[in-house]
Amino acid sequence: MGLEEIEREFSLERIETADGIPTYYCEKEGLLPLMEKLKSDFEILLDITAVDYFGKREKRFEVVYLLLSLSQKIRLRIKVRLGEGEKVSTLSFLWKNANWLEREVYDMFGIEFEGHPDLRRILLYPEFKGHPLRKDYPLKKSQPRIKLLRSERE
Amino acid sequence: MEKMLLNIGPSHPAMHGTVQIKVELDGERIIKADVEIGYLHRGFEKTAEHRTYMQVLPYTDRLNYVSPLLNNLAYAMAVEKLLGIDVPPRAKWLRMIFGEISRITDHLTCIAPVGMELGAFTIFLYMIKAREFLWDVLDATTGARLTTSYIRIGGVKADVPENFQDLLKKALRETRKAVKDVHGLLSRNPIFLKRTRDVAVVSQEEALSYGFTGPVLRSTGYYYDVRKAFPYLYYDQVDFEVPLGEKGDNYDRYMVRMKEIEQSIRIIEQSLEKMERGPVRSEDEVVEAYEAIKASHEGKYLDGKLKLGPNLEGMEKEVYYQIMAKVPRYILPPKEDLYRTMEGMIRHFKLIMSGHGLRPPAGEVYVPVEGGNGELGFYIVSDGGDRPYRLHLRAPVFSIMSALAKMIEGHYIADVIPTFASINMIGGELDR
Amino acid sequence: MGKIREGNFVTTTLESLIGWARKYSIFQYPFVTACCGMEYMATAASHFDIDRFGAGLTRFTPRQADVLFVVGTISHKLAPVLKKVYEQMTEPKWVVAFGTCTITGGIYDNYAAVQGIDAIIPVDIYIPGCPPRPETVLDALMKLQEKIQKEKQKWALRK
Repeated sequence: MGLEEIEREFSLERIETADGIPTYYCEKEGLLPLMEKLKSDFEILLDITAVDYFGKREKRFEVVYLLLSLSQKIRLRIKVRLGEGEKVSTLSFLWKNANWLEREVYDMFGIEFEGHPDLRRILLYPEFKGHPLRKDYPLKKSQPRIKLLRSERE
Repeated sequence: MEKMLLNIGPSHPAMHGTVQIKVELDGERIIKADVEIGYLHRGFEKTAEHRTYMQVLPYTDRLNYVSPLLNNLAYAMAVEKLLGIDVPPRAKWLRMIFGEISRITDHLTCIAPVGMELGAFTIFLYMIKAREFLWDVLDATTGARLTTSYIRIGGVKADVPENFQDLLKKALRETRKAVKDVHGLLSRNPIFLKRTRDVAVVSQEEALSYGFTGPVLRSTGYYYDVRKAFPYLYYDQVDFEVPLGEKGDNYDRYMVRMKEIEQSIRIIEQSLEKMERGPVRSEDEVVEAYEAIKASHEGKYLDGKLKLGPNLEGMEKEVYYQIMAKVPRYILPPKEDLYRTMEGMIRHFKLIMSGHGLRPPAGEVYVPVEGGNGELGFYIVSDGGDRPYRLHLRAPVFSIMSALAKMIEGHYIADVIPTFASINMIGGELDR
Repeated sequence: MGKIREGNFVTTTLESLIGWARKYSIFQYPFVTACCGMEYMATAASHFDIDRFGAGLTRFTPRQADVLFVVGTISHKLAPVLKKVYEQMTEPKWVVAFGTCTITGGIYDNYAAVQGIDAIIPVDIYIPGCPPRPETVLDALMKLQEKIQKEKQKWALRK
């Protein structure tokens, strides 16, 4: 199925990027049916990540999905805009690596994925408070797990 | 049936890298496994948002630290795409040569522990010895053994030294010898075969679903290599094969990597032939840098070749624009201009000082290269400022590690470590 | 260490004899986490051969080791593990901070990395470099041996 058809069927909004990868915005409700459709062509889910536009946009988060079709030799980027506290459905039953990728996004941004089988922190430890890749998390705010012999920074 | 819970790691003798694997055992068989990562999470992505585009480069060395130059390459190419600049041909060939050297060191460092975990310590010594010769080449050109930051935005740091060809040929000879020796010791060794054949088999469907790329995907027999599917640099001008495995077990992963080393050597040899001869550096009378700077204060310009410090060797003005793009807005001027002319000084200042810097237009870009472990790509979002608004690494090993628990289930506890070694888990890349 | 006398015998003090024995029989525990591990491997392998200094034998349990090599960045997630490993080691014990990350946190001045492992455990030798070259590591090893030789030896006869 061509990208134009999918674009029409799901009324996606296309934007231009510097790398020439076709990029579409999708509503969060429409994500799951879209991805189910794309699954047949795009064998590999390359990446899930997010961008925090804190204070710049009304809906602060943007979840970015990157797909790769080996048969057609194209990559495809799908974006979903999310506000604070909004959830998006998980893709972990479509592509298996989505499980960990979504856990990472949850860990770093605090975006929750509906229906995820095991949504917990992956890179940081359970005691960690906050989500470091959010723009309002200070770079140097560390949260030691044990009592330190000296203070880390003067 | 009584189950036993066993904890391996994060600091475990056989682990190279800090990962915790919790396994549920029935006797010696693994029923269930849980992999906990993140012990080397160093906040790379957050830190990058607080560094200028040039300052991010050294961090990329430390992501996949067994093939640092491939990380440099991916990052530099991503920023170049954002800036819309092209790199001179000699720089492209050099990038290919050094990228492939890096791939060889990656595979050597991966295979070394695979042998070691199965009791063949000699393999480790042979492979590390070969790596040492390759690092000598890097050392002579870049000034560093491991974290080189050699591939820069716009080109490469320096041209190669005069004895480069000899050094490289010697290193390749030693690598071939080590690979041959290891083939002789391992590839048909019945013990090795028994321990690796049909262990941790991954089917093609499973591999695709888990987002495998690189040697681990190719070991299942699936043909996908970024260098072939989406050629970058001059990979379409050299002749090389993409080795494939059959079943996707530990042996295939080992074998694909061994064969890839040979292909990388082929690429390097062809690149050496196809690369044009670099300009001969002239032996004019030499002007000391401080004299030139002093004269420039009085508005004078001293003729003659400038004497540069040893760490700037290979960056002389005669060769500079062969290895760096000539885009004054984005690329630093040669040191001669910086020391002698006002324009050079201003250009340098504008690119380096905080508040100025490299400012790509707003936009986003994802540029992948074939890394040591698969498709390694940088996703950069720019808001037009001098720092990346968001920088994300698509780490191939992250997807591969997400399947580790599945891969070791049903196997013996002794197979955990060889499996773990065969997928070449690199903490810096996995946890970032 | 001591003085060679006529008739092929040596006089020395028990103190320096113990120091001499200890400095050439370093059992190390490599706590390898990151990039520095590559240079650690290079130092241990045949080119540089750490065995020449009597430190070739790595013990992979802290209970049998007497020098803890902390090789690579220690994140806050890993800090309790490092502390536990250190506590499991028996006296006498020494700690080597291998690489800039272990000394100050290095280029990772952020929320995730511990800003120098001496905030967690005491350190005897610091090896600078990102990562340090094998020559630097061997130099540091010799400095550690010097330190072991000179220090007041803790020992006791078993009752």
